[in-house]
Amino acid sequence: MSSEATTAEVHGHRALQHHFANMEQQREAGTLGMWVFLVTELMFFGGMFLAYTLYRSMYPAAFASASNHLDIKLGTLNTVVLIMSSFTMAMAVYFTQMGRQRRQVICLVLTLLLGLTFLGVKGVEYYDKYEDRLIPGHLIPGRSFDPEVQKEGEPPDHHKLHLLPGATKDNVEMFYWIYFAMTGMHALHMIIGAGLLTFLLIFSLRGRFDPEYHSPVEVIGLYWHFVDIIWIFLFPLLYLLGRHFEHG
Amino acid sequence: MKAIESFEVPAPPKVNYINAQYGLKSWLLTRDHKRIALLYLVSITFFFFIGGIYALMIRLELLTPQGDFLQSTTYNKVFTQHGIIMIFFFLIPSIPATLGNFLIPMMIGAKDLAFPRINLLSWYIYILGGVVTIYALLAGGVDTGWTFYTPYSTTFSNSYVVATGLGIFINGFSSILTGLNFIVTIHTMRAPGMTWFRLPLFIWSHYATSLIMILGTPVIAITILLLAFERLSGVGIFNPARGGDPVLFQHLFWFYSHPAVYIMVLPSMGVISELIANFSRKNIFGYSFVAFSSLAIAVFGFLVWGHHLFVTSQSVYAGMIFSFLSFAVAIPSAIKVFNWTATLYKSSIIYDTPMLFGLGFIGLFTIGGMTGLFLASLGTDVHLSDTYFVVAHFHYIMVGGALMGYLGGLHYWWPKISGRMYPEGWGRFSALVIYVGFNLTFLPQFVAGYLGMPRRYHAYPPEFQVFNVLSTAGASILGFGMLIPAIYFVWSMRYGKHAEPNPWHLPGLEWRTSSPPPTENFEVTPIVTWDAYEFAPPEETEVVGRFRPELERI
Amino acid sequence: MSEHIVPVRIYITIFLVLLTGTALTVLAAFYDFPWQFNTIVALTIATVKATFVVLYFMHVRYSSRLVWVVIASALFWMAILFALTFGDYNTRRLDHTRTSGVVILR
Repeated sequence: MSSEATTAEVHGHRALQHHFANMEQQREAGTLGMWVFLVTELMFFGGMFLAYTLYRSMYPAAFASASNHLDIKLGTLNTVVLIMSSFTMAMAVYFTQMGRQRRQVICLVLTLLLGLTFLGVKGVEYYDKYEDRLIPGHLIPGRSFDPEVQKEGEPPDHHKLHLLPGATKDNVEMFYWIYFAMTGMHALHMIIGAGLLTFLLIFSLRGRFDPEYHSPVEVIGLYWHFVDIIWIFLFPLLYLLGRHFEHG
Repeated sequence: MKAIESFEVPAPPKVNYINAQYGLKSWLLTRDHKRIALLYLVSITFFFFIGGIYALMIRLELLTPQGDFLQSTTYNKVFTQHGIIMIFFFLIPSIPATLGNFLIPMMIGAKDLAFPRINLLSWYIYILGGVVTIYALLAGGVDTGWTFYTPYSTTFSNSYVVATGLGIFINGFSSILTGLNFIVTIHTMRAPGMTWFRLPLFIWSHYATSLIMILGTPVIAITILLLAFERLSGVGIFNPARGGDPVLFQHLFWFYSHPAVYIMVLPSMGVISELIANFSRKNIFGYSFVAFSSLAIAVFGFLVWGHHLFVTSQSVYAGMIFSFLSFAVAIPSAIKVFNWTATLYKSSIIYDTPMLFGLGFIGLFTIGGMTGLFLASLGTDVHLSDTYFVVAHFHYIMVGGALMGYLGGLHYWWPKISGRMYPEGWGRFSALVIYVGFNLTFLPQFVAGYLGMPRRYHAYPPEFQVFNVLSTAGASILGFGMLIPAIYFVWSMRYGKHAEPNPWHLPGLEWRTSSPPPTENFEVTPIVTWDAYEFAPPEETEVVGRFRPELERI
Repeated sequence: MSEHIVPVRIYITIFLVLLTGTALTVLAAFYDFPWQFNTIVALTIATVKATFVVLYFMHVRYSSRLVWVVIASALFWMAILFALTFGDYNTRRLDHTRTSGVVILR
C-alpha cells in the first residue's frame, strides 16, 4: 500500500480544508455560497432594472427611438456568443466531472474566447457611441452628449438619431445612461468572469481538478451562467423594444 | 439530565487561540474566526470613538440657540459624518463581526466559519472602506446628511460625495461577505445533533440578520454607484431638472436603509435572548416564537421602507399600505419583548453587569419601538417628520437597544474571549451611568421634537434651549459612562482575574471549552443532545447568587 | 460522490432551444403586436430562456430544495422591490388633485 493512499485515508482528499468534516460538506458549502452570492448580484442589477422600468414608462417614445439606434446585428451576435459560451462552460463542468482533463481545458478555453469576443463586440459598440456623441452627460470631457438628429427629407444616415413622435433629444439621454450603466456593469462582470476563467484554466492545466474535487469549476460556472442570464434580459429590453415602430 | 455544574471540563490547554502564534503577521494573515473577531473589535471601537467625537461636537453646538460654535456648512458635515460613521462603520458590523464571528462556529459546534479566508477578506474590505471614508472626511467632508438625498448630493453640494459614497460602497461588500459566510455556515456546518430548534437564539437572529445583509446591501450599492454616475456625468438619473426623479433615489436608498436598521438591532436582540435566559436561569419563554419572530422581522422589514417617504410626493395610497405594514412589523418585535418578560417572571434573576444591560435594553427598546408607531401613523408623521422626535426615536433603538446589547454581550462573553474577568463592580457602575446618561440625552429630545424643533439645524429658536442643555448634559454623562468599560476591558487583559471555562455556569456549547478557547474551538467535535437553554432543576444545582470568580491560574 | 451528471444530449438540446428562443425574440420584435404585447412576448421568451439555463446549465433541476428556496427568495425580493415601488408610481394620479411630482422635459 503506497503511503499516498494511507495519507488520503487519514486526512481525506488533498483539497479538503481542515474545518470541514468531509468533501461532501465542503462542496455543499461552496455551492450554497455561490448561490447566495448570486442572490446579491440579482438584487444589485435589480436596482437598475427598476430604474429602467420606471423611465421607460415615463419616456416611451424616447426609449424606442434610442433603442432602434442600437445595432441589432451586433446585439444579436453578442447574445448568440454568450449562449454558446454558456454551453461550453456547462460542457467544461461535464468533462471535469468525467475526469477528461484535455476536453475540460478545451471547453474552458472556448468559453474564455467567446467571452472575450463578447467584450470585443461591446467595445466596438461603445466606440460607435463615442463617435456619434452618444456618451451621456459630460462623462467624456469636451464631448458632451449631443447626437445629430435625423431631419425630415434627409437621406437615412445610421449615425443620426431618428426621433419618433413624442421623443426629444434630452429624453433620449435618459436611455443612454441606462444603457451604459447596465451594459457597462454587465461587461465589468464579464471581465471578472474572464479573470476567474483564466485562474480555472491555469489550475486545470496543472491537473488540480478531478471527479472528486472540482467545486471551483462548478461554482464559477454558476457565476458565468448568471452573467449570461442578465444579458438574456438586457438584450430584448435594450435592443428590441422599439423595433416594431420601424417601418421599412 | 445531569446538572451542568458537574460537567467535567478537561484540563485547560496551555495553548489557546491568543498565544498559539505570535507576531503581527499571524494576526493580519489569520484565518481563525476568533482572531478576526478581535481585529474587528479593535477597528470598530476606533470608528465608534470617531463617531462619538462628532456627536460631542453636535451637542456642544446645540448648547446655545445661536449657531456660534460651528458654521452651518461645518455643522452639516458634522451630523452627516456622525451618521455615516456610526451607522456604516460601527452599528452595522458591530455585533455580527465581533460577537457573531467569534461565537457562531462555537455555538454550532464547528471549527470555523465556512469560508475563513473570505472572513479575513471581509475585514480588509472594511478597513479599505474605512480608509477611503476617512480620507474623504479629512479632505473636506460631506454635508448632505447620511441619506444623500438628491439632487442636492448630485448637483449642488460642494463636498466629497463621491469619495464618501465609494467608502460606503466598499464597506458594503464586507457586510455582504459576512452575511454570506454566516448563512452557509449555519446551514452546512452544525455539529451532529444540533438541529435548527436546538440552536441558541443568538444564531437565529444572526441568521435573520444575514438574510437582510444579502438581500438589501446590493441595492444600496447600486444606488451609490448611480449617485456617483450622476454626480460625475451630469445626467438626470435622480435630477428633476434633467428628467429624473429624486423620489426614485429615496425608494432605492430606503429599500436597503430601512432593513439596515434591523441589521443593527436583530443581533442585539439575539444577545438579549441569551442574557435574559441565562441570567435568569430559565429556559426562554416561547423559543420558537422568538426564533420565528427574528425571521419575520427580517422579511417584514423589507416591506416598510415607504414610511420614510410619507412627506414626499409618494402616492398617499402607497403611504397607507406602508403605514399598515409598518404597524405589522412592530408585532414580531413586541412578541420578543413579551417573551423576554415572560422568561423573567418567576425566575432567579442574577443582576450581574450583562443582565443589567439586558434589562436596560428591554425598557429602552420598548420606548424606542413604541415611539416608532407615532411615526408609522401617517397623520402624526406629518407633524413629527424631520423633527427631534425622529432623532430620539432612532437613538432609543440604536443606542438604547443595539448598543446596550453590544455592551451586554461584550461583558457576558468577555471571559470566553479574553480569558479574564472584567471588574464586576465597575461593570455595574458603568451600566448605571450609561443608562442614566442615555435617558437624560434623548428623553428631552422627544419633547423638543414634539414641540417642533427641527433636526439637522445648528441654530434654533430659544424656547428649545432647556431641552438641548439637558440633552448635552446627558451626553457628557453617557460619554463618560462609555469610557469606563473601554478602560477596564483593556486593564483586565493584563490584570483581570483569570476566568474558568464556564464562569457563569451555563449550558451553552461555547462554555464547554476553555477560556480562551483553543484555535480549533473544541478538542473533540461535540455531539449535541440537549436544547439551548436546558438548565438543571434547582435541586441538582448549587445556588448561584452573586458572581464569585474562583481564582484559577491557567 | 452524490453529484448528478447531466448527459451531453440534454446540454445540446438546451443550447439549441436557447438559440431558437433568440431567433424568435428578434423576429417577434419587428412584428407590431397590439397593446403592450411586444414587451410581454419579449419578456416571456427571455424568462423561458433563463429558466432553461437555471434548470439545466446551472443544475438546479438536480439540486437540493435549499437551492430552490434560495432562488425563489431572490425572485420574491425582486418582486417586493418592483411591486411596492410601482405601487407608489402607479397610484399617484388616482385622485387627480396632485401631480406626479416628475418633470417631463419638453
